[in-house]
Amino acid sequence: MTAPSVTPTGRSGAFVRLRPRGPVGVVYLALVGVYLVGWLAVAARGGDFVTVGNTVTILQNSVALGLVAVGQTYVILAGSLDLSVAYLVSLTSLVTAQTMQTAGVVPGVLAALAVAAVVGLANGLVVTRLGVNAFIATLGMALILRGYLEHNYTGPAGAVPTSFQHLGYDRLGPVPVSVFLLAATVAVTWFVLRRTRLGHHIYAVGGDEEVARLSGVPTTRTRVTAHVLCALCAGLAGVFLASRLGAGAPWAGTEAQYDLVSIAAVVLGGTLLAGGRGGVAGTVGGVLILATLDTVFDQLAVDPFFKNVVRGVVIVVAVALYARRGVDVRRRGMRGGS
Amino acid sequence: MTGTEPASGAAHLRWRPAPLAGLRAVAPVLVLLVALLVALAVVDPGFFDPERLLAFLRRSAPLVILAAGQYLVIVSGGFDLSVGAVVTAGVVVAAELFNLAPGLPWLVVVAVLLLGGLLVGVVNGIVSTVFAVPSFIATLGMMLVLQGAVFFWTQGAPRGYLPEDYRMLGRSAVPGAEWLPWAVVVLAVVGVAAVLFMRSDTGRTLVATGDNDVAAGLAGVRVARLRILAFALSGVAAAVAAILVGGFTGVSAQAGSGYEFQAITAVVLGGVALGGGRGSVVAAMAGAFSLQALFTLLTLLGVSGALESAVQGVIVITAVAVGGISWSRRATRTHQPVRESV
Repeated sequence: MTAPSVTPTGRSGAFVRLRPRGPVGVVYLALVGVYLVGWLAVAARGGDFVTVGNTVTILQNSVALGLVAVGQTYVILAGSLDLSVAYLVSLTSLVTAQTMQTAGVVPGVLAALAVAAVVGLANGLVVTRLGVNAFIATLGMALILRGYLEHNYTGPAGAVPTSFQHLGYDRLGPVPVSVFLLAATVAVTWFVLRRTRLGHHIYAVGGDEEVARLSGVPTTRTRVTAHVLCALCAGLAGVFLASRLGAGAPWAGTEAQYDLVSIAAVVLGGTLLAGGRGGVAGTVGGVLILATLDTVFDQLAVDPFFKNVVRGVVIVVAVALYARRGVDVRRRGMRGGS
Repeated sequence: MTGTEPASGAAHLRWRPAPLAGLRAVAPVLVLLVALLVALAVVDPGFFDPERLLAFLRRSAPLVILAAGQYLVIVSGGFDLSVGAVVTAGVVVAAELFNLAPGLPWLVVVAVLLLGGLLVGVVNGIVSTVFAVPSFIATLGMMLVLQGAVFFWTQGAPRGYLPEDYRMLGRSAVPGAEWLPWAVVVLAVVGVAAVLFMRSDTGRTLVATGDNDVAAGLAGVRVARLRILAFALSGVAAAVAAILVGGFTGVSAQAGSGYEFQAITAVVLGGVALGGGRGSVVAAMAGAFSLQALFTLLTLLGVSGALESAVQGVIVITAVAVGGISWSRRATRTHQPVRESV
């Protein structure tokens, strides 16, 4: 912390009201659009889409992916990405459940977060110190975790006490408790990214690492921290899924393809995949779009395989729309010749 | 093998890389490949029997072909995450076609698959250039669409079978030369074609585009068209791999799963920079051979199937890290994150 405190926004950095970075408004317009189309589609079949129960389902469906995607936002903003989160979610769900079986709730959560932090630290150090591209580094980490999981587990293991299942199933009024966990994580992330020096450093490193370094930003520490925060969020998702499932499962994170889908959710939220632009508010929008789609499909009893087709199309079309609107995206786009 | 012999006699005025530059690009992965082959020879002295070596080449063919296609996309500054799904779709579609129309000539099915791969690639290319969607997302979307469509169509259990004459390319030998599997012939053809393509003006322009698309554009390169071509060729390569995989292993809804990451890993093992502009196609294919040699070695050593991926992860990270160190004098961009210019 002895580095000169030159933040990219200058001395008054903490007080500058930042313009929204990235097309957050468009993201929420897209969300409203998806919601309206879903409403019409369900209504046409004689169903009722706009109910409290349905809204709660959408929120509940958002929690696990939301936690992973919020974490992914840190690393993508910093110009990295993390392909190991799916296996990390599985691993931490198992760590949670097995520790809770013997040692109680608090040690269980702490153990899961500690494991996550170590994995994130390893990712960050491999990316920064060894200079391995983040794609390969975290893909390698995913393979390592996968080998460990497949070698040691064939099915669910451990058990969480009933008291801990409150996190997965209880509600405060109509709102599931787990939604507050997501909301708190989002709030902390928003604060870190927008109101702390670390947050500004993350944007700076993701925008242009070399310029950030020359401006006195500790780029290595910033990127390692981003990887640790990402892993901690994935760890929270593992803890939540353990509570939801009542045990840990080696497929808890991989079945839903949280690695690629979380990246898609972040980009769907208007954050630039190359880093430096975007934010957690957009990510929440992206996650809600995917969760709304899921809920619509469930209500229409659409073939689950067909879901993926529509998901893929929606993701690509939405990102294409952002690219059309965002001048910056286009300037960086593959249109060098025009 | 380096693809960098000096230009033949004609007085070419255009730029050519220095003769040794290409060798230096290929060297680290060749060291890795040779080390793995030596290890294979130590563990299994019979590995270099011509017959078994050809069997190894045949097993490597799909991954090497995918790596060649993936190289074109990566060197031009993108990613192609859809190739695994294209392989699966190709295998399943072929089986369904034979199911719908038994007695269909196998060449027709091969043509349909190649056209399908071309179409998928062109769509990937257009979405990521004309519509400015990052290729990571564009091809991820394509992957979801193809996976979903294949499972939706087959309800998770592919029907049909692949007749003997269609499977010939994947598992039989050339008639009259029983020692030579067709897959090795296909591999050689694709390999030579890839090297010739990269030595052509178009290939060199592709690398330049990946290095700096703005500069390439200002120099008159049709950047979007070139990138669409790269995706299209990657799609065709994936279709070729699908034909081989189908012949080799038969019908399965998991035929191609994981191939996209293996192909990208192979290309990176070959020292090709993610983000584009650097690396040779020979090195990328050598990376694929290395990866396949690693799989073979782990199997021979009896590393259990589950731990295999863990060992693979460690070795891939180590190899790329070591490769990065020996490169760092020339390349200042090794620390660059995944940053396609999108």
